[in-house]
Amino acid sequence: MSNYIDPHIHMISRVTDDYHRMSLAGCVAISEPAFWAGFDRGSAEGFRDYFHHLVDVEPKRAAQFGIQHFSWLCINAKEAENVSLSRDVIRLIPEYLERPNVLGIGEIGLNKNTANEATIFQEHVDLAMRTNELILVHTPHLRDKHKGTLMILDMFRNDKRVQPDRVCIDHVEEHTIKPALDAGYWVGMTLYPVTKCTPERACDMVEMFGGERMMVNSAGDWGRSDPMAVPEFILAMRRRGHPEALIRKVAHDNPLAFWQKSRRWPGLSPRP
Amino acid sequence: MKLSVKSATQVLDDRHLEIRARILELAAELDRVDRGGGAEADGRLDLIRSGIRILLEGPSAGRAEKVQLLFSDRYEPGWKIPQPRQ
Repeated sequence: MSNYIDPHIHMISRVTDDYHRMSLAGCVAISEPAFWAGFDRGSAEGFRDYFHHLVDVEPKRAAQFGIQHFSWLCINAKEAENVSLSRDVIRLIPEYLERPNVLGIGEIGLNKNTANEATIFQEHVDLAMRTNELILVHTPHLRDKHKGTLMILDMFRNDKRVQPDRVCIDHVEEHTIKPALDAGYWVGMTLYPVTKCTPERACDMVEMFGGERMMVNSAGDWGRSDPMAVPEFILAMRRRGHPEALIRKVAHDNPLAFWQKSRRWPGLSPRP
Repeated sequence: MKLSVKSATQVLDDRHLEIRARILELAAELDRVDRGGGAEADGRLDLIRSGIRILLEGPSAGRAEKVQLLFSDRYEPGWKIPQPRQ
């Protein structure tokens, strides 16, 4: 198996055996966006502990298996419904932004497409623009995805400071990928059972859109998900007869090219 | 850019059994709904039927996108966008 990158996985929710299997399969680097813990946290101090885990603890666990660990910081779209808590958390984020393994602000986005979520989304974008950060965007689930994705593109279009090539629109599917690519953004296809995209459908989208600015991820977390989803995509592409150069572009080179735009990018280390 | 490297026959050679199995699974799911009874007024069943009709449309590369849009909330342009601040 060739080297690959999983640019969206929540390792805080996964066991160490997953790191072992991912490393055996060729994983060289991952990035872990801040997300919903499965419950709403009671205070901003809970996020301080979470950010400490993301920037200090998880990279050490990953390094034992030769995997470089990067992270994204924010308050997720679901808890963003609480505007007061969200503003407290956004005030915490700059303390962590100079850590070399932090790639930017994310995964910010919308969940149920509410006015409060949109307000906090824009305030995260304001922070990212003040601090010159990359942005990773969570797009909503299921019936909310199409509407929410177009609302997110509206907000970016309305903010003249935002450069599309410094933003990744994640969890795109067949009905949202084209507007994101057409506007110049990077896109992530999430290989996640039932509610998102399968490896075969991700291959279809690569065939339809060509692979430029496209990446795949597992979004492995505490729900039913597969930390080996990117190798499944690689296998599906190979079974269809696609060239190794295209597979490597989507599963390794594209996420790396996006990350390299981070103002703190430390580089990928050679595998031990 | 279209990158498909397999002919329709090759795709069917690879995927025919998989597609057959999925159609059977769907048929069994709908039988189960019918056996339970009382779902005729449930809008989700209408959506599922509409989705199946999309699958039966003529040659098209956009069935997956159409099914996605069928199960999506409507986007309303002109919503109140929060304004950027320095």
